[in-house]
Amino acid sequence: MKYAFYPGCVSRGGTPELYTATMAIAGRLGLELEEIVGTSCTGAGVLQEKGQKLGDTLNARTFAMAERMGLTTIMNICSTCQGVMSQANYRMLQNEAYLDEINKELQIEGLQYTGRIVIKNLAWVVVEEVGIEKLKSMVTRPLKDVKVAPFYGCYILRPSWALGLDDNPGRGQYLEQIIEACGGEPVNFPGRTKCCGFPLGVINEKNSLTMVANHTHDAHDHGADTMVTPCPLCHLNLDAQQPKAQALRGSGLKMPVLHLPQLIGLALGIGAKELGIYRHMVSAKAILDKASVRA
Amino acid sequence: MKTTLQVNRYDPEASGEKSTVQEYTLDVPEHYTVLDALIQVREQDDPSLAVRCSCRAAICGSCAMRINDQARLGCKTRVTVMAPKGEPIRVEPMGNQHVVKDLVVDLDLFWGKVRAVQPYLQPKGPEPEEEYIASNESMLNLLTPMGCIMCGACVSDCTALEVDKNFIGPAALAKSYRFVADPRDGQARQRLEVMNEYAGAWDCTRCYMCVEVCPKGVAPMDRIMELREHIMDAGMTNTPGYRHVASFARSVEHSGWLNETDLAVDSWGRFNLPKLLSEAPFGIKMLMRGKMPLPGPLHKKRPGHENIARLMKRLERKQPAKAGAH
Repeated sequence: MKYAFYPGCVSRGGTPELYTATMAIAGRLGLELEEIVGTSCTGAGVLQEKGQKLGDTLNARTFAMAERMGLTTIMNICSTCQGVMSQANYRMLQNEAYLDEINKELQIEGLQYTGRIVIKNLAWVVVEEVGIEKLKSMVTRPLKDVKVAPFYGCYILRPSWALGLDDNPGRGQYLEQIIEACGGEPVNFPGRTKCCGFPLGVINEKNSLTMVANHTHDAHDHGADTMVTPCPLCHLNLDAQQPKAQALRGSGLKMPVLHLPQLIGLALGIGAKELGIYRHMVSAKAILDKASVRA
Repeated sequence: MKTTLQVNRYDPEASGEKSTVQEYTLDVPEHYTVLDALIQVREQDDPSLAVRCSCRAAICGSCAMRINDQARLGCKTRVTVMAPKGEPIRVEPMGNQHVVKDLVVDLDLFWGKVRAVQPYLQPKGPEPEEEYIASNESMLNLLTPMGCIMCGACVSDCTALEVDKNFIGPAALAKSYRFVADPRDGQARQRLEVMNEYAGAWDCTRCYMCVEVCPKGVAPMDRIMELREHIMDAGMTNTPGYRHVASFARSVEHSGWLNETDLAVDSWGRFNLPKLLSEAPFGIKMLMRGKMPLPGPLHKKRPGHENIARLMKRLERKQPAKAGAH
């Protein structure tokens, strides 16, 4: 299966371990990833505050570049990229005149978006294209007895109509399916679909850190050994900002947070070092010990 | 058909602060909504169940409640959609608001926030001899915020309000936008100044929860983003929120992608020494782990960044000015 790969900004910035973990599992899962060269940031919803058309045009440019590669599916490894791209695509496909207007802007570079691109996060590719049964058959080191709290965050679920949940309602349970296929035990907790607080990090830090403390404690109180997320922005807040958040709460809790491909990689028998797990701010050693993982 | 409702019960006079879950199994016709089922429970099984409702047609906004973990109108939510295989349906009162009894919440917090944005037209200049005229075109973009039925569903599930009750919240912000963008209103700038303050438009965490749960398509978060656009166009630039957007755009124009280091430093303020010093140990830890992009001109440029910069500049020039910007 060949995909136009869109790694996004954060997997090469604040969470480089996400990029390396993705590369470590891609070949084993049979995913051929051809990176789309020359793309911009999606705007992450922030550039869209300056103007929706500005953001949508940048994303249409990326879609047009993927089409030029002769590919139909863009695979991303970031929920925020997934959400922002899906919404841009939804708006353009709903409104032909808008797509025409945007294509006029792309003409200067000789690009045109015909509207044929499908955008899929790694989690969707794993469940819908690799298949849960196949993933199960590839697991060499089941994460037995590891209780994992899936943290979806926002942009991979909402708005549900732009993210295709009307046609694929199961997308709201994919992380649980993947955790089970990897031999772990999914933990249901109230924060699983709430905001991690990242967008408020530099605007209202106290509120942002309160969200981090709430979610990590929620997961802990429901028995989780670790959390897992398909979004590097959620990871940056839940992991990197966690020590500050726990200090604000007056708590010593250390809740490990894994990127999705790290969780899969561990179950496929890949070493923790290759998956970049030692780069995290909150140590995941307890999980690695529980799953009998060596570096 | 049979359906099972698992309903939150709370009676402060009988049980103090504790709420319990009571299960009702009943026979209902297939076309029944969750509200229809709750009314049947109240009328036939348990008259002590408190539920607020009026029009039963998704117009009055009285019956918002949490059904299967999401705020919805009870009268617009079918039993068969919530429980296609006859699963139990969870019914709880709205979140972020004080529960009076069972499914009824006190709406003082909701109305207090809506009132705070002065939700009425405040025209300026001499009164016209006849009515105030607004063109059809100028009102088109107000159709969505004017569709609000004040049900409180967005406030119930707002993740920013959950951690900060001072936040003005999605319903009030959407209402504020409705007047900022109304050509007959003369207070756009003053309204924007208030929304630019702490706990205003910048404190939304952009989680799309309100967009998802709004039963009338108001999409409050989209309206909040439009408010932010108006605030920026009005030249109100001395906030972390504005600096965040400006830095983001600068970064993408410079190198084609985001520089998280610059984004944080710019948002705090480049000369905000106390903050920069307090964050230095964290920055060093991130740097040691290879998790901190190099700042400013050292940020690696992506292939095609010149084309991206040209495209962005061209589009920014073309954007129409907003009301309140002058």
